[in-house]
Amino acid sequence: MLIIEDLQVELAGRILLKDIDLEIRPGDTHVLFGPNGSGKTSLLMTIMGYPQYIVKKGRITFKGTDITHAPLNERAALGIGMSYQRPPTINGLKTRQMIDICAKRKVDAGEMARSLNFEDFLDRDVNAGFSGGEIKRSELLQLTAQNPDLMLFDEPESGVDIENMALIGTTIARILEKETPKGGKNAKPFVQQRSERTKMGLIITHTGYILDYVPADKGQVLLNGVLACTGNPREIFQCIGQLGYEECVKCTI
Amino acid sequence: MYDLKELERKARQAIDRKATFGDDVDLDSFDRSFVPHTYLAEEEICSIPQEEQQRLLMSGLDVTGTGRGGTYFQKDTSVVHCHSNEEGIEVMPVTEALKKHDWVKEYFWKLVPVDQDKYTASAFLDLHDGYVIRALPGSKSIYPIQACLYIDKENLQQNVHNLIIAEEGSELHIITGCATSPHMKRGVHVGISEFFVKKGARLSFTMIHNWAEEMSVRPRSVARVEEGGVFINNYICMKPVRSIQMYPTTHLVGDDATAMFYSVIVGTPGSHLDIGGRIYLKNRGCRAEIVQRSISNGAHIINRGHLIGEAPDIKAHLECKGLLLKGGIIDSIPQLEGHVEGVDMSHEAAVGKVAQEEINYLMSRGITEEEATSTIVRGFLSVDIKGLPVPLREEIDRAIDRSDKDAI
Ligand SMILES: Nc1ncnc2c1ncn2[C@@H]1O[C@H](COP(=O)(O)OP(=O)(O)OP(=O)(O)O)[C@@H](O)[C@H]1O
Ligand SMILES: [Mg+2]
Repeated sequence: MLIIEDLQVELAGRILLKDIDLEIRPGDTHVLFGPNGSGKTSLLMTIMGYPQYIVKKGRITFKGTDITHAPLNERAALGIGMSYQRPPTINGLKTRQMIDICAKRKVDAGEMARSLNFEDFLDRDVNAGFSGGEIKRSELLQLTAQNPDLMLFDEPESGVDIENMALIGTTIARILEKETPKGGKNAKPFVQQRSERTKMGLIITHTGYILDYVPADKGQVLLNGVLACTGNPREIFQCIGQLGYEECVKCTI
Repeated sequence: MYDLKELERKARQAIDRKATFGDDVDLDSFDRSFVPHTYLAEEEICSIPQEEQQRLLMSGLDVTGTGRGGTYFQKDTSVVHCHSNEEGIEVMPVTEALKKHDWVKEYFWKLVPVDQDKYTASAFLDLHDGYVIRALPGSKSIYPIQACLYIDKENLQQNVHNLIIAEEGSELHIITGCATSPHMKRGVHVGISEFFVKKGARLSFTMIHNWAEEMSVRPRSVARVEEGGVFINNYICMKPVRSIQMYPTTHLVGDDATAMFYSVIVGTPGSHLDIGGRIYLKNRGCRAEIVQRSISNGAHIINRGHLIGEAPDIKAHLECKGLLLKGGIIDSIPQLEGHVEGVDMSHEAAVGKVAQEEINYLMSRGITEEEATSTIVRGFLSVDIKGLPVPLREEIDRAIDRSDKDAI
């Protein structure tokens, strides 16, 4: 479980996030909406532990541990991972090697990459010259190898073409354990399958496409650094589409 | 013409001439007299002390000769082993070759001016030995020839002169190491190297330096590449040394000739490394690339790069990147010189520290800050060298791997 209480975050001398309360229970995936510059990436980076995001107030607890001031790698070790909107290039480090780092062991990167149609990129330097859509698949591949319990996705579908959208959508659903429960004689009852899910997700989206693949449990709108509205993700998305962010947060769904 | 008298006259004139770059080394405080060592047969060479073998291996000399097409091994002033296993490739000590074969004289001091500075002059006047490696026309070597110039005697000034000739259409790979024995501290190495890459030939020359803390090193090398020839020159130096100054120069004299220089340097405190690379592109279609990677852990590193485009339709690029890990100075001096229209020349230079953003990114994948830093540094040092046979490429990776632990 991730619990964020009364969080206030400063970046470069400016308060970016305030009064943030958020709770993600095991098995749940939340979707985060909000206009450009509202602080969505900042919230994810703060949860991941980027030191430039200074927590001025409040607390972040993950699996019962207070991680408000824990370094990045300790949070990763506890089971938090992120798919970035704009990751840096690491020259001289092959994507294949990065997969091993994420997995903490030698893995069959080729096998893992196949389902994301990414085999041809394994021998290229991490993110070096990758297109927007390629970066998304690279990030997703790394996260798949890392397999953390809480996955933070920063716009996983922006810049992705239609064919790859399906790849990305189904992959995210799979690693978040959000696929349709298995049927058949020997399968456990749906309710049980669902209650056994432990993975947690927080997905930033502008387009809402991801909702077609991942049955999200909750939607939230971040506006001017404040979580303004919570509810059914599809309903919120529709409302934003029709009325815009400002109006949407007024009409508490 | 080979005129010993004239060479000697010029050398004598230059005996006190300081080099343009680098600290001045007082050569008079070193000993240049001959140090006798007995010649070792192939089986004897494998029985040299383990510690010494290890030092040699670090510089690319495998005494067992596994995966090598031939060996030249010089200890101090004497040749201790020299042979070739490859048909079409000759490996000989230069002093012997000069006596036996008239053709060798056609190459001796043909590219490096004997009166360039006191080091070239001294190498002529007090020559110890060196190697001649020649690939006959059309011959292709699969395995690299290994050469090692080893210094064991304290306070020695080792003077060597190497001639490397890749005849028309041949392919030749050389891995050459320079090293000092574990107890050795102070000395000088002066190495003259002249490379002749003939029409359509390919030559790769990989030099690994493993010196001692008080060593001064003054290589002087010039290459000449004819039509369609390719010359790849790799340089790796990651161990402590007092001072190295070199400015290897290549003349691309034929159409479509290519030269590539790659260097990977790690400088420790007290080291002064002035490493350059200069390529003249004199004809249509010539290509040149210089890639330099330097890390300073408290050293003073100067990276010079100089590309001279003298003909249209040439392409040349210079990339020079420096990383300051633990202080020191990295001074990057790239220079481009276009003499005619139609040249395409560029450079890219950067000096900085490991980017925090990259460290954070890797840490968020679960590794510590130290691991993240060393991963990035290793990536920085792993230059993609094109056109090398796989075993040699792996050899270079291993050399870098072995020493990057010291680097970080
Ligand atoms: N290094 C920085 N220095 C100053 N301001 C910054 C810095 N980085 C981000 N910001 C600002 O912080 C605010 C929030 O940025 P953030 O990236 O969290 O927005 P976002 O909601 O993810 O937007 P988008 O939808 O465009 O990705 C923006 O106004 C941005 O310009
Ligand atoms: Mg963002």
